[in-house]
This record gives sequence, structure tokens and C-alpha cells, in this order.
Amino acid sequence: MGAYVPRRVLSICIVAVCAVLMMPIVIVLILAFGDQSYMRFPPSAYSLRWFALFFGDPRWQHALWVSLLIATVACVIATVFGFFAAYAFVRSDMRGKKLMLSFMLLPIIIPNVITAIAMYFMAAPLKLVGNVFWIGLCHATIALPIVLLILLSSLQGVDVNLERAALSLGSSRIGVFTRVIVPLAFPGILSAAMFAFLASFDELVISLFLAGVRSETLPVRIWNSLHLQIEPVIAAVSAFLIALTGLVLLLDALARFVRVTRLSRRTA
Amino acid sequence: MRPSRFNDGTTLIVPAVLLLALVFVVPLIWFFVRTLAGIGTFPEILSHVWSVVTSKAVITAMRTTNWISLIVTLLVLLISYPVAYYLANNRGWRFTLVLFCIIVPYFTSIIVRTYSWMVLLGRNGLVNQVLMQLGLIHQPLTMLYTEVGVLIGMVYVLLPYMVLTLFAAMKAIDPSLMRAAQGLGAGPLYAFARVYFPLSIHGVVSGSLIVFILSIGFFITPALMGGPSDVMIAMLIERSVEITFDFSSAAIMSLLLLFVTLVLYSIYYRLTDVRRMMGA
Repeated sequence: MGAYVPRRVLSICIVAVCAVLMMPIVIVLILAFGDQSYMRFPPSAYSLRWFALFFGDPRWQHALWVSLLIATVACVIATVFGFFAAYAFVRSDMRGKKLMLSFMLLPIIIPNVITAIAMYFMAAPLKLVGNVFWIGLCHATIALPIVLLILLSSLQGVDVNLERAALSLGSSRIGVFTRVIVPLAFPGILSAAMFAFLASFDELVISLFLAGVRSETLPVRIWNSLHLQIEPVIAAVSAFLIALTGLVLLLDALARFVRVTRLSRRTA
Repeated sequence: MRPSRFNDGTTLIVPAVLLLALVFVVPLIWFFVRTLAGIGTFPEILSHVWSVVTSKAVITAMRTTNWISLIVTLLVLLISYPVAYYLANNRGWRFTLVLFCIIVPYFTSIIVRTYSWMVLLGRNGLVNQVLMQLGLIHQPLTMLYTEVGVLIGMVYVLLPYMVLTLFAAMKAIDPSLMRAAQGLGAGPLYAFARVYFPLSIHGVVSGSLIVFILSIGFFITPALMGGPSDVMIAMLIERSVEITFDFSSAAIMSLLLLFVTLVLYSIYYRLTDVRRMMGA
């Protein structure tokens, strides 16, 4: 077959690309367990000292807690508001839906430097710089598009007839939400919430402007360190962030699996 | 019975709209109006805008931004196309493995990915070590803090967007069309060029647009990996606020960047189903 040679070449290219894609992630994970104070690869010895430093240093701990707090605020707001908005997009027959949706996706399209400076410009006179709740609210605008994109596809899988049935059987509007829609869309909502959390937890540019000195997040601390002198503890912090990403992806895969088996059970 | 307007759920969009209006739109408008009005009278504003837009720093930064974004988009397209093709035409563990290698970097923090490339591309980094051991070079190459470093870092960060967009487009191509073309006597390359590629062009255009849009506003990677001469417009904006506290110049440059971004986004909007953005 003439297609054999190109297919072989394609496979080799794919393997190479995948190797390069994973390399930076793998390198960081290995470096994090290295035992030297300069970035040499491969490390000559392995230890947990950088993790000990990360979890032992009060300033890194403070950054970790600030990040967690901000991400929780952003996640809750973005998931709740995003869920309602996604429901409105899926169910209502309002005009200009597509235009509305593309407006709501703007926060991930507009360069975040511009957004961050504008948010800072507004927050500074209001004394909101460094306010954890306010930063969470600002992060929610970045997380909202992600929640929307995930929940739009998830809610499309919820049959509107189930809602009609519940309504006709005497359920209230709120009852339809809490007893029908949310349980059916739950795997999607969970995925959306986790990716919203991750989006805020990893966000750098808005935090850079809004954090002030008292609310430095993990990415901001990494940024500051990369600008001055690369501390080896960064590898351990990075490994921690990668592990969090891995956890979210794993749980998301589980949620998808639940969704698929549930669907097949329903059709069976 | 037609449900009343109030009951069909439209009102549920209000909280999200309010959030975006208060925390996103109002600050942007306030920022532009306040800084521009602070310059002075209307002719003064115009002359200030003119002096900023025609200043050497801004023109150079715009040229650099365009140039880097173009190269990045082309490189990303070139690398992504075969990967997306492979994803669209394979199933089982091969598909899962390749998708895994795209998705994990995609969701890893940009600052972590950039940091890793800084370590890899440094003078004593792994890339230089390997190249020297292979005997390809005798002196370590300077890659970090040069345009090459910026290109590598940006291509790496933006690649998943392109792969996922192309994959969605290729998934919609009926595989029997290729078989039909070959059954009618077309060679595999000819069938690819005349049948498959034209059908995937839609994904190529929207993928390139989204990568280009994200490139021109890129900040973190070029700021950390670029040299003193690789100043992109987003960095110039950040610097004018961070270093010189010149908010009005920052606002003018931001408007320029915002304008270009929104024009490109409106083209993207016409061409693509926005619900499929970012490969969702």
C-alpha cells in the first residue's frame, strides 16, 4: 500500500511531538525531587528537601492559603452563575444567543494584561487591592467562560421532557432544579467547578496586579522568583501545581465515565 | 401552551451578566474614559494618542508582536495538523495516549510550563547538554532570553488550542470520502490534497485565528523568556504601568491591542461555532 510509508512517518512525528509535549512536565517533576541547589539535570541525588522547604516556609504557606481561598471564591461564584447562564442558553429561545455567548467568552479573549490593569485601576481607589474576596470575584470572570463551555454541552444532554414531567407532576420550579436538573447534570457541574478552581488557582496576570503585598498567590510568588533568581524550591511548587492539575483531570475523567455509563444505562 | 417569557429561564442569565458588567466591563470602560479624560482637552487627547501610536517603542513593539505571532501561528499549525489528523483517525489506546499528551500541558499552569522551558533552554540546560553530547554543537547555544526562546515557549503553550480545534473539524470529515477518492484512482497524497485538506480548511482558519488572537496579547512567556529586544505590545503596556506609572499611554496602547483583538474575534465569531471554542 502506498499509504504505508506516510503512515510510518506520521507515527514517528507524533511520537516525537508527544515526547516534547510531556518533557517539560516530566523534567519539573524530576527536578522537584532533586537534591541540589542549582538546576542541573539529571540530579545527582534525590530528596524531598524542596518539598519540605515549600511546606515549611511560612511565606510559601501563606501564598498557598491565599491561592486556595481566592480559587474557592472564584469557583463557587463562577460555577453557580455559570450554571444558571448555561441553563438559560440551553433552554430559553431568546434572540441574540450567539452574540450573548460570545460576549460572555470575552474575558478569555481580551489580553489579560489589559483586563488586569483596568481591574487594578478600579480597585486601587476603592482600597480593594489585596482583598482576597475581590480577587476571587475578578478571577470568577476568567473562570465563567470555562464553566459555560463545559456546562453548555453537559446541559444539552438533559432531556427537557424530564423537566416537563416533573412540573406536570406538581414539582415547583426550584424543585425541578434541585431534584431533576442538578442531579442529571451533576458530573458536568463537578467538572466545571474543578476547572474553574484550577483556572483561578493558576491565574497569574490579574493576581500580579491585584495581589498587593498581603495577598501574593502561588503563581505570583513563582513569577517574582523567576524574575530575580530561580530558586530550586520553584520546582517543588511547580510539581505541586502539576499534581493538582493531574488530580483535576483524573476526577474529570471519572465524572465523564459516570456520565457515559449513566447514559448507556438510561438507553438500555 | 407556550411558556411565558419569564418562565423559560432567560432571566437566569442575569447574575452572570451582572458579574461581567460590574467586575469586567465597567473597569475597562472606567479605565479608558478616566485615563483619556485625564489628559486634557480633546485636541490634547488626540495629539497625545498620536504621539504614543507613532512613538518608536510602540511601532517596534507592534512589529515584534505581529512578527512573533505570525511565526508562532504558522509553527503551531504545522506541528498541530499531523497530530490532529492522527487523533481523528485513531481510536483506542493510541488516541487516549496522544490526547493525554495534549491535555496535560494544556491544563498545566502557564507559569509552570514557562519555568520548565527556562530550565531546559538555559546555558547548561538539558537541550544544550543533549546537543553537545550528540556532537551537533561545541558551544552551548544561547536560546533563553532570545527570540528563539520566546518562540519555543509560545508554540508550546498555544499548541493544544490548535490541536483541539483542528481535531474537532477533522472529526466531522467523513472517512469514506478519502476511500472513495482512492477507489476512483487518486493516490493517497493526491486524495489528501484535493479532498481531506480542503475539508479541514475551516478548522485551519479558526484554529489559526484563535492562536493569533491569543499570541498578540501574550505576556507571561515573552516577558520571562525574551531578551531586551523582544518587547511585545502587552509587555510594553505592563511596563508603562509598572515602571513609569504612565496609565494614559498604557490605555492608548491597550485600546490599540483591544481593537485588533476584537476585530479578529468578530471574524472568528462569524466563522466558528463559539460553543466549540478551546476544544470544549
